[in-house]
Amino acid sequence: MAKLTFRTDNCKGCGLCVDVCPKKVLALATDKINKRGHHPIEAARPDDCIGCGSCAIMCPDFIIKVER
Amino acid sequence: MADKVLMKGNEAIAEAAIKAGCRHYFGYPITPQTEVAAYMAKRMPKIGGTFLQAESEIAAINMVYGVASAGLRVMTSSSSPGISLKGEGISYLAGADLPALVVNVQRGGPGLGGIQPSQSDYFQSTRGGGHGDYHMIVLAPSSVQEMAEMTVKGFELADKYRMTAMVLADGTMGQMMEPVDLNFEVAPAPEKPWATTGTEMKRKHNIVNSLSLVPEELEKLNIARFERYELVKRNETMYEEYMMDDADIAIAAFGIAARVSKNAVNEARKRGIKAGLIRPITLWPFPDAPFKKAATHVKQFISVELNMGQMIEDVRLASECKVPVTLCNRVGGMIPSPEQVLDAIVKASK
Amino acid sequence: MVVYDKPHALLDVPLHYCPGCLHGVVHKLVAEVIDELGIEGKTIGIAPVGCSVMAYDYFACDMIEAAHGRAPAVATGVKRADPSKVVFTYQGDGDLASIGMAETVHAAARNENITVIFINNAIYGMTGGQMAPTSLVGQVTQTSPYGRDPKLCGYPIRVCELLSELEGPEYLERVTVNSIPHIRAAKTAIKKAFTNQIEGNGFSLIEVVSSCPTNWGMTPQNALKWIEEKMLPYYPLGVYKDRSNGEVKK
Repeated sequence: MAKLTFRTDNCKGCGLCVDVCPKKVLALATDKINKRGHHPIEAARPDDCIGCGSCAIMCPDFIIKVER
Repeated sequence: MADKVLMKGNEAIAEAAIKAGCRHYFGYPITPQTEVAAYMAKRMPKIGGTFLQAESEIAAINMVYGVASAGLRVMTSSSSPGISLKGEGISYLAGADLPALVVNVQRGGPGLGGIQPSQSDYFQSTRGGGHGDYHMIVLAPSSVQEMAEMTVKGFELADKYRMTAMVLADGTMGQMMEPVDLNFEVAPAPEKPWATTGTEMKRKHNIVNSLSLVPEELEKLNIARFERYELVKRNETMYEEYMMDDADIAIAAFGIAARVSKNAVNEARKRGIKAGLIRPITLWPFPDAPFKKAATHVKQFISVELNMGQMIEDVRLASECKVPVTLCNRVGGMIPSPEQVLDAIVKASK
Repeated sequence: MVVYDKPHALLDVPLHYCPGCLHGVVHKLVAEVIDELGIEGKTIGIAPVGCSVMAYDYFACDMIEAAHGRAPAVATGVKRADPSKVVFTYQGDGDLASIGMAETVHAAARNENITVIFINNAIYGMTGGQMAPTSLVGQVTQTSPYGRDPKLCGYPIRVCELLSELEGPEYLERVTVNSIPHIRAAKTAIKKAFTNQIEGNGFSLIEVVSSCPTNWGMTPQNALKWIEEKMLPYYPLGVYKDRSNGEVKK
């Protein structure tokens, strides 16, 4: 069971993490706006996460912590 | 008795720098200062130092910026056209409050100019030379002995005030040979807790930087820098007065022009003309006080310069235009003769 | 078990880069390598002028901000001041391949024992999207509004190929960071570039083909594709020089 945590306020909503996730776990939270004014990333389907770390590797703003 | 050695001015600068603890020199060949680089090239490898001939003056001054960031005494030297290229780096050194020594053995300009002596970089050096609000401490030696002493002084002041110090000489000073006593005291470099030497994981990271995008902060930095400059003005202004007590005519001259002028003053005195000399040793900060004082009793200042009249402006400002200030000059690599200066004194006395 | 978290050598501060800009990815790789080699305490980084000018606020090691293009000269000074320190520069294409070309070439020719991270995104980002020395033929920028015309402004410069002709440099490799496998390969290259310095082998330069979604005028996702489709054919990935095995790609 993998665990994702986010530095949500630093997210710029670029969505690069969404595309690299092999399990389509992540999505931009279109109903939320963070301190920077972006729709931040969130785990839409956290149970599908396999903890591969791809999202965190891709994220330019190091907002994702992945644990397994 | 002190041991004296016969040295060229350029060599005296190099040896004095080594005595001052400088172990890093970066330069680029240009006449008439190349002996500094050649001397360093020979000596540095023998004492565990670094001599590096850079690909340009721009690279050389940025290597200086690197060593200065690391907190070590470092220098470069060049001549007028090369100093223009270093202007960018000197501005960055000022912006980052880094100490360094730059030597300018001036030649005639503008452009490529010539290779003979000149003092035509007075404005460039005393006003800063590069972009932005800043000053360098500008030291003007007038003997080979002073070439050595000003080099050491330059390192000390640079460290003390986190500024660039410049030894402003000229082709004659660089090339002339005189006996030099190199046995002088050197103040050790102060601690530099700001230097980028690696955190060793024991402190927050140090940043050497001249960028400040918030105008309120950049304004504060500029004001703080100029408060430091005020201390330099108060504590470090240097000049020599020669026969000024009863002078009717005062010569203002630095460097080689001061040597020539001293002869002319002596000759004038023999003829019964009360001439004197004020020789600024620091060109920045400019010694206002002796000029202000002299303006109460001389009837004319004569600014003797190897340029079209640059220091004359500071003489006018310092003496508050209370008496006439005239120019006695040669340019393009020419040096005023004692006779020319004497003629000017005689003319002023009438 | 932590699979991924912010590397220690990066401070926990927000980056000023645009959304989807890959500077952050390369910053992370450099910081991860610094962490893995345990060299944060003796590393000094040199930031350039350009988008990454404020990198000094992001790396936890000591940092110096250099004049435009002069980072290799500044790095030379820092390294010569204390050769036991690890010194890297982080420079963009305008900084390294335009105004700083002389400093780049000569640091490489001297085989200066430093590590250069070179970000090639074919545009000036910080000033708002002007033509870079690496802008592609036909590429529309603010200063090549009709597309880069080689008749007027010549051809984009391939830095790795150019430097590979020099005897001096130890290691030259071009990588990119537009996919997970490419990012992993880029990290290996950056690690080699730092390791080379620690071992005293000399000048290593890693050219990272990167993106600029904002000034390219596309989404971050399309920018990754543009790297693949437009940049990589002109800037092929690979090792261009490796003196440890005599490899010089022709």
